[in-house]
Amino acid sequence: MIRVALPPHLRTLARVTGEVQLDVAAQVTQQSILDALEARYPMLRGTIREHVSQQRRPFLRFFACGQDLSHTRPDAPLPSAVVSGAEPFCVVGAIAGG
Amino acid sequence: MSGVRVLVGTRKGAFILTADGKRQRWDVSGPHFGGWEIYHLKGSPRDPSRLYASQSSAWFGQVIQRSNDAGKTWEPVGNKFVYDGVPGTHQWYDGTPHPWEFKRVWHLEPSLSDPDTVFAGVEDAALFRSSDGGQTWQELSGLRCHGSGPRWQPGAGGMCLHTVLLDPQDPARIVIAISAAGAFRTDDAGKTWRPINRGLKSEHIPDATAEVGHCVHHVAMHPSRPNVLFMQKHWDVMRSDDGGASWREVSGNLPSDFGFVIDVHAHEPETIYVVPIKSDSEHYPPDAKLRVYRSRTGGNEWEALTTGLPQRDCYVNVLRDAMAVDSLDAGGVYFGTTGGQVYASIDAGDSWAPIVRDLPAVLSVEVQTLP
Repeated sequence: MIRVALPPHLRTLARVTGEVQLDVAAQVTQQSILDALEARYPMLRGTIREHVSQQRRPFLRFFACGQDLSHTRPDAPLPSAVVSGAEPFCVVGAIAGG
Repeated sequence: MSGVRVLVGTRKGAFILTADGKRQRWDVSGPHFGGWEIYHLKGSPRDPSRLYASQSSAWFGQVIQRSNDAGKTWEPVGNKFVYDGVPGTHQWYDGTPHPWEFKRVWHLEPSLSDPDTVFAGVEDAALFRSSDGGQTWQELSGLRCHGSGPRWQPGAGGMCLHTVLLDPQDPARIVIAISAAGAFRTDDAGKTWRPINRGLKSEHIPDATAEVGHCVHHVAMHPSRPNVLFMQKHWDVMRSDDGGASWREVSGNLPSDFGFVIDVHAHEPETIYVVPIKSDSEHYPPDAKLRVYRSRTGGNEWEALTTGLPQRDCYVNVLRDAMAVDSLDAGGVYFGTTGGQVYASIDAGDSWAPIVRDLPAVLSVEVQTLP
């Protein structure tokens, strides 16, 4: 199981509490995690990455295992600790603004 | 007994205020979608329990919410707003070409006849329509592509399509307004559009009487006379008696003809309301006195309405979608401020009282008169 930590507003929108656990059938990448996340929670489509370009929204970051993975390729394999479920894949909102 | 439901969009959530027909005691529900900007929410005229809300955030983008039970529960619906074809460019603030980019929904206008049909005015300026209750959205691209689009330019608040007026007598006619492009009209349900800005004069553009480029802040219409339009422009209050084909200024004796809101009394088509603001760089009332101005002559002759409103040290603004009217007997009028107050008058503006205060900055106010 892949663990995904969402920021509070997206947890509210998806009506979940705590981390989300996902089965990701394909190779575990940012893209495959977000594909699985959006398939299970369609209301999150467009809120983490743009609908058409699939680009990460500018004020969001992807962290895992103490690393900022925001600028790695969306199809790059994620660390084994994320794949094994030992560490969550974190979607983090920038602390900018009110 | 009849009642009133006031839908308030704020910088940090939506609030729903309800009262019976006396409008003395108000129940406040909210915040709905706390922490999100709610630019606008509005109910279907056909089914008052059907509400739509525009929920947005700089972090998470646009969400559209729909309620089938008057706001008790909500469900997110479609948020995919994709411009038709290759979007092309409009002008940026410095006059250079800038690609069209969807940012947010400013205004939701439910159809007069079908609860599942709703229009969305968006930034960067375009008009979208959903006919499946907000699940999917299609652009009415004849507006953006009619020819003048590449010359449109954003106002300070962005290039927003903020006004959508549906003609109750002619379903094919829609009037919209864009800051800072101007007003436009379709007579064929959105296929073709034309600018309707003749008579507007704007000193902040190179050609003050240009076909497009006017910073229209809001347009209002009485449903019994859809050919008569009232406009609060950046500066100037304007009136058209021919569906926007021509405009004349009716600012008259206003202390300032800058402002954002304008609305029409529910039963008196010649009674209109504005809230003068000092200037485009001083977004607060003249003399620090919050005054609604009423004209019972369709403009030019205005009277200040001050009873119950703060008459000293007041520096709030009233944004373009933050005034609405009810259709009870005397004609209720409501407006919200950037200071978080929502004021109501149940006597057509003669006196006012806050029905809620200390909300986040108010972005929009809509009113439903309930049977």
